[in-house]
Amino acid sequence: MSNDATYHGPSEVVTTHDVHHDEHHVHHHKETFITKYVFSQDHKMIAKQFIVTGIVWAIIGGLFSVLFRLQLGFPNVDFPILETFFGRWAKGGHIQPEFYYALITMHGTVLVFFVLTAGLSGTFANLLIPLQIGARDMASPFLNMLSYWFFFTASIVMVSSLFVQTGPASGGWTSYAPLSALAEASEGSKVGMDLWLVSMALFVVSSLLGGLNYISTILNMRTKGMSMTRLPLTIWALFFTAILGVLSFPVLLSGFILLLFDRHAGTSFYLSDIVVNGHVLDNEGGSAILYQHLFWFLGHPEVYIIILPSMGIVSEVLSVNSRKPIFGYMAMIGSLFAIAILAFLVWAHHMFVTGLNPFLGSFFVLLTLLIAVPSAIKVFNWLTTIWRGNLRLAPSTLFSIGFVSLFISGGLTGIFLGNSTIDIHLHDTMFIVAHFHIVMGVASFFGMFAGVYHWFPKMFGRDINHTLGYIHFWVTMIGAYLIFWPMHYEGLAGMPRRYLDLTPWVSFNKFQTLNEMITIVSIIVFAVQLMFVFNFFYSMFKGRKVTSTNPWGANTLEWTTPINPGHGNWPGEIPEVHRWAYDYGKDGREFVMQTEPIGTNESKDH
Amino acid sequence: MSTSVTATQTKWWNGGKSPFNLEYGKVMMWYFLMSDAFTFGAFLISYGTVRFSSNSWPDPNHVFNAFPLAGHANLPLAFVSLMTFILIISSVTMVLAVHAGHNGDKKAVVKWIFWTIIGGLAFLGCQAWEWTHLHEEGAWWGRNPFPNANGTAASTNFSNFFFTITGFHGFHVFSGVIINIIMLIMAQKGVFERKGHYLMIEKAGLYWHFVDLVWVFVFLCFYLI
Repeated sequence: MSNDATYHGPSEVVTTHDVHHDEHHVHHHKETFITKYVFSQDHKMIAKQFIVTGIVWAIIGGLFSVLFRLQLGFPNVDFPILETFFGRWAKGGHIQPEFYYALITMHGTVLVFFVLTAGLSGTFANLLIPLQIGARDMASPFLNMLSYWFFFTASIVMVSSLFVQTGPASGGWTSYAPLSALAEASEGSKVGMDLWLVSMALFVVSSLLGGLNYISTILNMRTKGMSMTRLPLTIWALFFTAILGVLSFPVLLSGFILLLFDRHAGTSFYLSDIVVNGHVLDNEGGSAILYQHLFWFLGHPEVYIIILPSMGIVSEVLSVNSRKPIFGYMAMIGSLFAIAILAFLVWAHHMFVTGLNPFLGSFFVLLTLLIAVPSAIKVFNWLTTIWRGNLRLAPSTLFSIGFVSLFISGGLTGIFLGNSTIDIHLHDTMFIVAHFHIVMGVASFFGMFAGVYHWFPKMFGRDINHTLGYIHFWVTMIGAYLIFWPMHYEGLAGMPRRYLDLTPWVSFNKFQTLNEMITIVSIIVFAVQLMFVFNFFYSMFKGRKVTSTNPWGANTLEWTTPINPGHGNWPGEIPEVHRWAYDYGKDGREFVMQTEPIGTNESKDH
Repeated sequence: MSTSVTATQTKWWNGGKSPFNLEYGKVMMWYFLMSDAFTFGAFLISYGTVRFSSNSWPDPNHVFNAFPLAGHANLPLAFVSLMTFILIISSVTMVLAVHAGHNGDKKAVVKWIFWTIIGGLAFLGCQAWEWTHLHEEGAWWGRNPFPNANGTAASTNFSNFFFTITGFHGFHVFSGVIINIIMLIMAQKGVFERKGHYLMIEKAGLYWHFVDLVWVFVFLCFYLI
């Protein structure tokens, strides 16, 4: 299925995608189980594939954090059950050092890339872009399908690395060289590291195929009347996310290729003057810092790849559920744009303690602190959107408000860390862990949950259980703060991250009970996430059936489709758009859909 | 400009059409090329940082001075100039193929794509000869026989970067040749004639020109500087 059939000669390209898709909503070719559920080219099915795979990964990644929290909270307690499951990795019921490092590495890799990149923007870009811009499908449904299957293959390779004898990669999610470059340096740097690199390379391909599709779909396939400034903010956020991915992942790929050569071809890109186990290596001339530059040139945009889709979802959900137009629509786009540009100019703030020239560092401090400006604009706009709104406290609204709360809390500590002088004290402490988990990890999860609760009716034609949703929200919200807030204090006191056992340090003994509390809360929060997963799958099959095409009274185009849209989304013509996405409470009407023409007596604002 | 003219002007960004008047595949190709430019950019900048942090570096005029069948004659950069010339000529034939596509001239498209493929294969052949020659001199990943310009022993990174980056570029040329062969077969079978346009040739052309442009930078960074 290719879209070039719509090309009408070089004079003017008209995206009459309804023409060539006509065959789809007539349904005269039968869909088999394979084409409908497995190798589907329908963006909605691909979105579901992404979220289900993301959920599986989130359970694995979350479970890993519970395991290493057990070690941190109860370093002196035996857990025989761990030995039952993990054998020599947890000898005597104690998590072994290699296993511990493998767990934190996989926890980071899985959650950053497989859940919050693929599971978040893969799901919502696929679901929302065609539905909200008014397109039958993505520009290239075939490449879109490939994007998922590359992700799936990457997942298989990563899972297989968990089962090799020497264990999965264990050099941290950043896989810094030279530790990752030398197989003799650690167990995890053996075949596990190769599988990690192969998996990540496949993931980069998946992200590239997806990103190219999202960008060209948003630019080219908007329905008539859908100018760029009438797009919902979800689409703007996903657009910048895709651009960030397309431009930053290739640099990571270059870094990985050089790393593979260092591992297997005897090169010295990242290696110089190294002694391993008393054995002097003849590598010289390379630079370990080079790997960090290449990694963080992706690594920093990556955190915006993670947070931007959530920002878009939250903007949309807050506006719909406070029955008010989004405050500062153009400022929202402008700040997304500013964040996307700045994302490429701040990577070295992860490297202040590498011996980076302090003069150069001061530029990175300045650019890093500049990000506070667009971020603050967005926060104020969210707050002014809900200010005096007619708030409908659905689970999606609560998660969105929770997102704003977490984004403020975690964002403020970013100002501490962005200062190179303070960072020297806080680098590699629990303060960092607290900062990025709140601002990027949990906040993005909240955006994702808001999106799932909000668009669940569109995805499955059934409603997700709200009572379980409220329990999910409150436990997660309170739990997230109980887990991560105290880590700030630990970090300020100098407690390092990634350490297996802190009991030998007398100065950290005072945190023992605090660490126990954190561990217990993280187990509770993990259990509540499992409850959410149950709610998700139960509601998918048994949830209350949706009876209205527009259950939230929202303005955007996805709610003009049938409750269970087929491939092609609209049974008839694609609707034309006459207004922006945020006409709530206008001229005394609760909401005015984008498809409604501007009335003759309508007031002027937008 | 009168108002009636403005009223009939196409509103490019208002939806229902491509704002760039391009079909989606070309938009995708442009973004892909930007992405790929970042891949090569990362490689070349890595090369630059390592090279400039080294005290000295081998002199390309001494390393690349051989020519096939010329024995031990000292011909600095002569062979790579020939390679570069071949690749640039293949870009010219690609332009002619795209131009023929605009005119819907199937025979001319097939002819010029054919010559582009020949150019690409000739370039790959030259690269294979150069690699073989350097390999015989003792250079490979992790091995570098060439001394620094100031006479000191060089690190292996001269060879490491040379083989990795020219290899990655050669892989792109190879992919381009494969794409062009597919284009040749499709054009020959009349696929584009039936579609009514030769857009695929244009997209293959964009990729081919990009690969040539990258070579200009590789040439600059490895042979001239």
